[in-house]
This record gives sequence, structure tokens and C-alpha cells, in this order.
Amino acid sequence: MLSEIVAFNTSPTLSVPWWKVVYDFSPLTIWIDSSLHNVMSPFWTTITEMLIIGVLILLFYALIGLFLVYAERKVCAFMQNRLGPNRVGPFGIFQTIADLFKLLFKELIPIKDADSFLFNLAPFIVIIASFMAIAAIPFARGLHAIDFNIGVLYVMAVSAMGVIGVLLAGWSSNNKYSLIGAMRSGAQIVSYELSVGLSIITIVILAGSMQLSVIVEAQSDGWFLFKGHISAVIAFIIFLISSTAETNRGPFDLAEAESELTAGYHTEYSGIKFAFFFLAEYINMFIVASIAATIFLGGWMPLHFGHWAAGFNHIMDFIPPFIWYIGKTFFVIFLMMWFKWTFPRLRIDQLLTLEWKYLLPINLVNVLIMAFIVLMGWHF
Amino acid sequence: MRSIINYLKEIIFGVWSLLKGMKVTGSYFFRPGTIITQKYPSNRKDLVMFDRFKGEVVMPHNEKNEHKCTGCGICELNCPNGTIEIISKTIITEDGKKKRAIDKHIYRLSMCTFCALCVKTCPSNALAFSQKFEHAVFNRALLIKQLNKPGSQLMKGVE
Repeated sequence: MLSEIVAFNTSPTLSVPWWKVVYDFSPLTIWIDSSLHNVMSPFWTTITEMLIIGVLILLFYALIGLFLVYAERKVCAFMQNRLGPNRVGPFGIFQTIADLFKLLFKELIPIKDADSFLFNLAPFIVIIASFMAIAAIPFARGLHAIDFNIGVLYVMAVSAMGVIGVLLAGWSSNNKYSLIGAMRSGAQIVSYELSVGLSIITIVILAGSMQLSVIVEAQSDGWFLFKGHISAVIAFIIFLISSTAETNRGPFDLAEAESELTAGYHTEYSGIKFAFFFLAEYINMFIVASIAATIFLGGWMPLHFGHWAAGFNHIMDFIPPFIWYIGKTFFVIFLMMWFKWTFPRLRIDQLLTLEWKYLLPINLVNVLIMAFIVLMGWHF
Repeated sequence: MRSIINYLKEIIFGVWSLLKGMKVTGSYFFRPGTIITQKYPSNRKDLVMFDRFKGEVVMPHNEKNEHKCTGCGICELNCPNGTIEIISKTIITEDGKKKRAIDKHIYRLSMCTFCALCVKTCPSNALAFSQKFEHAVFNRALLIKQLNKPGSQLMKGVE
């Protein structure tokens, strides 16, 4: 009885004023952690923390998905000289919710002679792959769910699991057009992973570590895009192109375009399962955009120009890191949307030619150049 | 060596053309003035269609209720699906000669394809397109229109 009173009297408090938490989330997380430790055993604390992080990521996922679908439609519309959704809610902001509502009402049609276990499993695989990748991304100083020492490799490996979902969807639909679409998509994703991996390796050479928090910290005196000048710019461009191809987006969306092969691998899906594929595509785009923002543009690190511009750096520090991260990620997402609505679609043979004959050789040469630059010390 | 130069030239030329394309769509995105969607029906009061808009075929009459239609029937001949029907009558002019004049110029809005052949081929430029586009009615009989107004006659000097 007395020990309980003592426990409540010594409950931990937040060690910094609440408004400073915006700049560094670690006091907040330490406070939550020690409060939980006071109340329950370490095992249950871990379980509760994992549950909290899981729920937060789910919420984040849903909100980002909603926002990105709306943003895509508006950006697409403005680039095509028209208005986009503007009737449902002010400026059409409730359009995605209305669409989600409609998708939930749709009938889930079971396919005759289709492998129903795989058919139902496929959308979940793509969603789980993107969930696992979000967990490793640093959102702000102190808001990093899992900090692997092979962070970048983990994100690449886990987002590659999405291919399995696509192939399963195409195979289990019992539809030859879905199968062709899934095979094309599988070939495309697997080819472009090479380019994505090599351009990430270019930055890993510059940073010296695969751990995402180390990569972000190393950009505190300048983003890698500026530090590794020519080589990093080429790597950035190649990363942008390959990652739009990875996520089946943009001018590389032959596998799922409406006018080709009906709808490719997700033809036979309706209702919530189609919503999963749709959502997973937008979240994948968000994940590759945040990886691009983290390794090339500095993640949550404000724009600093080296140690000789201390006044400028101090001004840039006033903007909270989370805002920097969101701004950079949305800038890369805007670039990807710009690609999609400007360029005509590539045929499957043009796509594979681009990767194997153009991007891969340039990438290999670029890795050599970056290694040379790092060894000679010619970077900033 | 030649092939490497060609390869690099191809890449640079390709990237340059892609950037030109992105400039066009980028300029459309950052300039909301280029949007051509009209927020109808909330802008009904001040909505002005463009000059060449094909709303409905009309026969312009001047202040003295005169038109330029001579009843020649060329518009009826040229109309691809028989939307126009010319009913003419014979009148006696002041000199005592018999002349053909238009009695009724029937125009069926429900069948019109808005191809503008009648307007183009009329030798006296009697027909024109108006800017009115709200044609929905509840009674189909209202879509059969007579283009020459009652009591109107041919303008002097047309024929």
C-alpha cells in the first residue's frame, strides 16, 4: 500500500517545457516509456509501446492515404487545365472519404475456379510490406520507431516483398490478362530494384553507414545532394526514375493502366481489396519519396550550409524538424506526380530497355565516380 | 568511341525533351488562370461562351422584323439528317410578278447535329448560331421551332 503511494509520488515528468518537444521528441518518448515502466512490468510495457506505435502508424497510413489520393487528383487536374474534385466539401476535400465509403459498399465477388486463399491473401501482403517499411523511417528528431544499423537495406528488402503480392494477385485471379499484367509488373519491379539499390549504395558510400539516423545526422552541415555534387545529383535523378518504376507509377504503369489489359493485376478485385491495392500504391509512393528525402535531401535536418554559416543555420533551426521532413517528402511526391501527368506511358520493352541499357550502366559508372570522390576527399 | 558519343548525346537530348515537357505542365500547374473549367451553375449570371459557340440555330431579325431568308431550300438540302423543313409560298410582288417566299422555316432542335452546314451554305447568310445552351424542356413538342418570326418578311436587297 505504501509502495503504491510512493510510486505515484515519484512518477516522472516531462523534462523540458512542452513547446520544446516539437523540436526534439525524445523527452516525450522517454517520459511515456518511464511512466509505463512505473505502472506495469517491462514485458507488458514493451507490448503496450508496440501497440501504441502500431496504432499511430495505422492512423498515419490512413491519413496519408486519404490526403495523397486527394492531392493526386487535384495536382493532376491543375496540370490538365481543369479543376478536379470541388463539390464534395469545400474544395472537394471530402471526396476521398466519399470514394472510400463507396468502395466499402461494393460487393466482393468470389471468382470461379480461382485460388481463393491466395486471392484473398495478396492485398494483405502488399499492405504489410508497406507497413513494415514505414516503421524504419525517421520522421523527426526522436520520432524514429526502429533504428536498424542496416536501416536502408531493411527498407529496400521489405518493400521488395510487395512483388509477391502483385504476382499472387495476377496468378490467383484466373484471368489471363491479369496474369500478363502481373508478370510484366513483376519483371519491371525486379529490374528497377537494381537501380534503386545501386543509387542508394552511392549515398551509403558518401555517408559511410547504412543506419538511417547516422545518414541524417551526417547531413547536419549540408544535404548530400549538395555535398556529393555531380555524383549525388545523378544518383538522385536515377533514384527518382527507378523508384517511380518500382512503385508501378508514373509513365511506367503499364501493368495497371486502365486502357491496357483492362486493369492488370487488380482487375478482379472489388471493394475493400481493391482499396488495399490502391492505398498500398500511394503509401509505397510516400515511402520511396521519404527515402529519397532522407538520403538525398537530409530527412528532418534543416538546411545548413556548413559550419561557416552559423547565423543562417540558426534561422533554419527555428522550423521544427517534422515540418522539414514533411515539406521535403511532399516536394518529392509532387515531382513524382509531375512525372506521371507529363509523360506518355512506356511500353514494356521500352521500359526494360531503359533500365538495362541506360540506367544500369550509368549507375555503375556513378558508383565508381562516387567511390573515387570519397577516396580523394573531393566532396564538401 | 563514336557509339559512346552517340549514346551520351541520345541521353542528353532525351532528358532535355523531357524537361521541356515538364515545363509546359509545370506552367499549367502554377498558373490557375489557365483553368478552362466553368463552375456551372454557380456562374450562370456572368457566363459568356466563346464567339464560335454553337448553341442553337436562329434566324436573326432586324428592328423592322425583317430576315434574310428567301426560302431557297439550300439549308434543307444540305442538312445531313433532315432537321430543317422549308415550307414556302408564292407571293405577288409590286410589279405583279410571282415570287417564292418563305412561309415556315421549321427547325427540329431534337434532331439537330450542330454541324453548321446550314449556316455555312446559306447564300444569303440568313442563319446563325446563338449562344443559348440550356435547351432542356419537359414537352417534346417545344423542340420543334419555327425560325422565321410571325409577320416578318424578307429584307430588301437580299435577293
